Amino acid sequence: MSTVSDTTHEGAVAVSTPPVTAADGGLSPAELAAKYGLSVSGARPSLPEYVRQLWGRRHFIVAYSIARLSAQYTKARLGQIWNVMTPLLNAAVYYLIFGVLLQTDHGIDNFIAYLVTGVFVFNFTQSTVLAGTRAISDNLGLIRALHFPRAALPISVTLIQLQQLLYSMIVLVSIVLMTGEVPQFSWFLLVPALVLQSVFNIGVALYVARLGSKVTDLAQLMPFLLRTWMYVSGVFYAIDKVVKHLPTAAGVLLDLNPAAVYIDLIRFALIDSFTSAQLPHHVWITAVAWAVVAGIGGFVFFWKAEEQYGRG
Amino acid sequence: MAEQQQGTERVPTVIVDDLHIVYRVHGAGSGKGSATAALSRIVQRKTSPNVREVHAVRGVSFVAYRGEAVGLIGSNGSGKSTMLRAIAGLLPPERGRVYTDGQPSLLGVNAALMNDLTGERNVILGGLAMGMSNSEIREKYQDIVDFSGINEKGDFISLPMRTYSSGMAARLRFSIAAAKQHDVLMIDEALATGDRAFQRRSEERIRELRAEAGTVFLVSHNNKSIRDTCDRVLWLEKGELWMDGPTEEVLEAYEEHTGGK
Repeated sequence: MSTVSDTTHEGAVAVSTPPVTAADGGLSPAELAAKYGLSVSGARPSLPEYVRQLWGRRHFIVAYSIARLSAQYTKARLGQIWNVMTPLLNAAVYYLIFGVLLQTDHGIDNFIAYLVTGVFVFNFTQSTVLAGTRAISDNLGLIRALHFPRAALPISVTLIQLQQLLYSMIVLVSIVLMTGEVPQFSWFLLVPALVLQSVFNIGVALYVARLGSKVTDLAQLMPFLLRTWMYVSGVFYAIDKVVKHLPTAAGVLLDLNPAAVYIDLIRFALIDSFTSAQLPHHVWITAVAWAVVAGIGGFVFFWKAEEQYGRG
Repeated sequence: MAEQQQGTERVPTVIVDDLHIVYRVHGAGSGKGSATAALSRIVQRKTSPNVREVHAVRGVSFVAYRGEAVGLIGSNGSGKSTMLRAIAGLLPPERGRVYTDGQPSLLGVNAALMNDLTGERNVILGGLAMGMSNSEIREKYQDIVDFSGINEKGDFISLPMRTYSSGMAARLRFSIAAAKQHDVLMIDEALATGDRAFQRRSEERIRELRAEAGTVFLVSHNNKSIRDTCDRVLWLEKGELWMDGPTEEVLEAYEEHTGGK
């Protein structure tokens, strides 16, 4: 079992190599491959070629994420209604605790809308990162059976969570309307904010997918990191009120936190009493910068280990 | 048709050069698995015994040529499927290289299909997973369903796959996988699925695929199907290549070896 042998000729029976054409006789395998134009199997494609392959598989990525999402509730009798029910129940729990039991509002107008927006938007990033960590290890069977750019998996993980967020948005918009907000022009800002957050999430998902494929313990560690991230992202409180008691550097860091940036942008879009004065400085620039840095950085980082993912 | 003709020049399609594959298996430790034991290992900076290395393929080299149908035989766990995955570029080699002409593909889409979805959606999903375009799938959809024979006993294709019998599911999986043409095709014991009628149909389909493909690899424990399809056989044992030669010669030695135990 443990004898490591480099020769192929060890064993009960001798290997009878098939005759090779005279012209090819003296060539090494590499020279033979070069002569007939064979390429190394499983080699990593160049970055532009990788992007091209990924674009070619866009239909697969979309179909795979839709299929995964709709397979989720097929055994429940209410089926797809759970896509809307889950965020609705989530919101109900928060309303019960913060609105009815504690009656805290931390001095924030329309606290319920404020809180639920924060929870839903952060949950998009949170569940994308969690699922991204397992994107490779959970799909090892697929990776070892079929050829496709592996980046398709973390991307489809993000798309699954994006669809879930869109269902949550239906709930969110109805809650916001019920709490007395009036639809207005600023609601259209939802679109760029969500696009930027999605690009950011794809980048982070790609990044943690590569880390998670090597360091399998990351999946255990991730929930704690994410909970810490949630508490510093101003989901339950207003960052600008806390910042006053903190050193300037900490305040700047809290303002640069991508999760807080995307949450605040969506609050600004939906909630009338959440004015631009409450937004951190240069918030759109920060939002774009995070999306670009995470998106491109995560993609390149993931691509660099492309040929390794099958090893597990 | 396409019976192998030893032409004037033999064109290699797959070159395997001193291939080694090592799996790393987590959680395979046989020692103490308790949390305190793990903690003391971290403190003492020992590597975890939970990670075991499995040297699945040990230095295999061969060249396969266009028009060849190569059978792979060997006992369970001898590294046949692992080697196919490495040829397909799905598993990175530890050492050595594999050169191929075009993109070799494994015949099989099982991993991409979802039991909770209808057969219909699985046909589309499986096709996309294999890299077919939407229009290609639309074109072949009816053929796939007809070939699988799923709808012979009523409209089963619109039911979730988890409601299928194991034979029906296997037939649909084979039909989806066999819908695409390949340069270098690798078949892993796909012949033994379904009832007798379906087996005959799938053997015929494999012969067609063989005719279209440049080179075919077939892994099987059924010596008869190897004799029917292959003209060259590689015998792997414990990750090493024990024998490589014409079908009859190798199979005789193999049968003698396995029968003599």
